[in-house]
Amino acid sequence: MSDTSLRVVWVYPDLLSTYGDQGNVLVVERRAQQRGLDVQRIDVRSDQQIPTSGDIYLIGGGEDRPQRLASERLVRDGGLERAHDNGAIIFSVCAGYQILGHEFVNDLGERQPGLGLLDVTSGRGEDERCVGDVLADMDERLGLPQLTGFENHQGVTHLGPTARPLARVRLGKGNGTGDGTEGAYNGTVFGTYMHGPVLARNPLIGDLLIKLALDVNALPPVDDRWYEALRGERIASATQPA
Amino acid sequence: MAGNSEPLSPRAKLAVTAGRAAAAVSRAAGRGSGSVIGGKVALRLDPDLLARLAGHLDVVLVSATNGKTTTTRLIAEALRATGEEVVSNALGANMPAGITSALAGGSRARYGVIEVDEKYLAGVARDVTPKAIALLNLSRDQLDRAAETRMLAEKWREGLSGTKAVVIANADDPLVVWAASSSPNVVWVAAGQEWKDDAWSCPSCGGVMQRPGDEWFCGECGFRRPTPTWALSGDHVLDPHGSAWPIRLQLPGRANKANATTSAAVAAAFGVAPQLALERMYSVAAVAGRYDVVSHQGREIRLLLAKNPAGWLETFSLIDAPPAPVILAVNARGADGTDTSWLWDVDYSRLAGHPICVIGDRRLDLAVRLEVAGVDFQVCDSAQEAILACPPGRIEAIANYTAFQDLRRVVGN
Ligand SMILES: [Zn+2]
Repeated sequence: MSDTSLRVVWVYPDLLSTYGDQGNVLVVERRAQQRGLDVQRIDVRSDQQIPTSGDIYLIGGGEDRPQRLASERLVRDGGLERAHDNGAIIFSVCAGYQILGHEFVNDLGERQPGLGLLDVTSGRGEDERCVGDVLADMDERLGLPQLTGFENHQGVTHLGPTARPLARVRLGKGNGTGDGTEGAYNGTVFGTYMHGPVLARNPLIGDLLIKLALDVNALPPVDDRWYEALRGERIASATQPA
Repeated sequence: MAGNSEPLSPRAKLAVTAGRAAAAVSRAAGRGSGSVIGGKVALRLDPDLLARLAGHLDVVLVSATNGKTTTTRLIAEALRATGEEVVSNALGANMPAGITSALAGGSRARYGVIEVDEKYLAGVARDVTPKAIALLNLSRDQLDRAAETRMLAEKWREGLSGTKAVVIANADDPLVVWAASSSPNVVWVAAGQEWKDDAWSCPSCGGVMQRPGDEWFCGECGFRRPTPTWALSGDHVLDPHGSAWPIRLQLPGRANKANATTSAAVAAAFGVAPQLALERMYSVAAVAGRYDVVSHQGREIRLLLAKNPAGWLETFSLIDAPPAPVILAVNARGADGTDTSWLWDVDYSRLAGHPICVIGDRRLDLAVRLEVAGVDFQVCDSAQEAILACPPGRIEAIANYTAFQDLRRVVGN
């Protein structure tokens, strides 16, 4: 963290902001401000350099061609790796999650290298797209309540030994590998297939990112009434037959 | 080419009759207008029926993510200035079955003005050999099931390449320009496009789009905004001769002025002068319930349909200033798209100062969205409760697709 403010970087809104995931930025920004923190939000377009001194980097989902372009430009830029080396927290969704891994399959059907910041490898599933509400249990080491989100992808992501699954699905596909895992993390880098946006549905994950960035164990409480109401409704709706 | 010079084949006639009968049964059973079921029955009996019906007409196709129903209506009104009959799918049934059904009702018409769902444009354009095609805008919509926005533009581009129709297209939307520029005969209209977040990436080469002022261009490949011959400028239509024609619509908002500008350009392609075309458009006060102001419980409720982020953005710019109360209604049923994440692409801070009531199946998604935007709001369990929570007077009610239909039922519209 810089001397005065929490620097939240929104990576490539021109390419990876198609599925409402900028909500994740808004939630982090809001919840940090509610704790009295100054927040500097930095939106970085794909023709601009990634700053290396951010505290939290957020990357969203995007369509297949923009994903290819984004990964090419991020690999060329190198800023996100340097930010990671500087201890930044990175949280990514869907196409962004795949880009943080070793490789993924792009819109041309080719295997394309990612940034390798998460020990995961993604391909494309044979089955139809996974679309719908997801309910999952968060990895027990994180000590967080159930994960609720909306998935819309055809990806299959396999985890390597240094990545832990973010959650285990009860309903939905998650990583699409059939082993029940959803997302991945390694301590400072997080990836998930969940939209919703995921931090609006799971504000305590947003708080976790802030705590990791500030290196603190707790944050002052905020009014979570509406988040709780939404979570209750989505979890109930996912577990009840339509 | 007035009216039905060539008779329909017996098979086509049978298909039309069967379609009408099915529609009548559907209506009698209280299942809506029956136009879609009628069209499906007719198309099953005669798959070429759409082409056959259109063969007797000068057809105009209208497609876009937003504004196609209204623009279809405005063009239909403008072409009525010729004194000829116009047939149109005025209720917005915009897939092949609904289009077939609408055309089957226009045996004496000369013009067919047809709204087409974005996904079906290329196919319908192949079937009906249109004289003109109006393309307004393309933006994200129903991402849980729709094709990618750029892929849609690509499909349009392939489907329209070499078309004989004159294409009237929005020069301010890079995706529309990309789609239209495969056509040999394009009339560019500077119709504006407030929403920009689906076209930061060059549709041609993937480069980053630069947008100085009203211009736009790709820094990498040179793909750029074409020079328009028609333009919306404030409250006026500028025609290719440089004349400015005032727009005095009953329909509110900048987006409808843009729709009128495109409609005037389409009408001109059929010989209707801009002034005459615009005057005909002034008679339109509401389109399939949209923009209607309904008296209910001592309130005057204006019904505004907005289905996606671009639509909400345009709608926020037309509502009355604070303290006019606003009701926001969102569902996520099949016809709406089941993912509500798009709510986060809408800038709700623009509603600051309005009393806000949120309703609909997904009111809690809206509640969290508004709480994060830092604007005050109230969650109501029903439309009735929300209406009574607003003081007597004007209420602006903005709803997505099925929430809009629900609201119309509640207020008896
Ligand atoms: Zn380009």
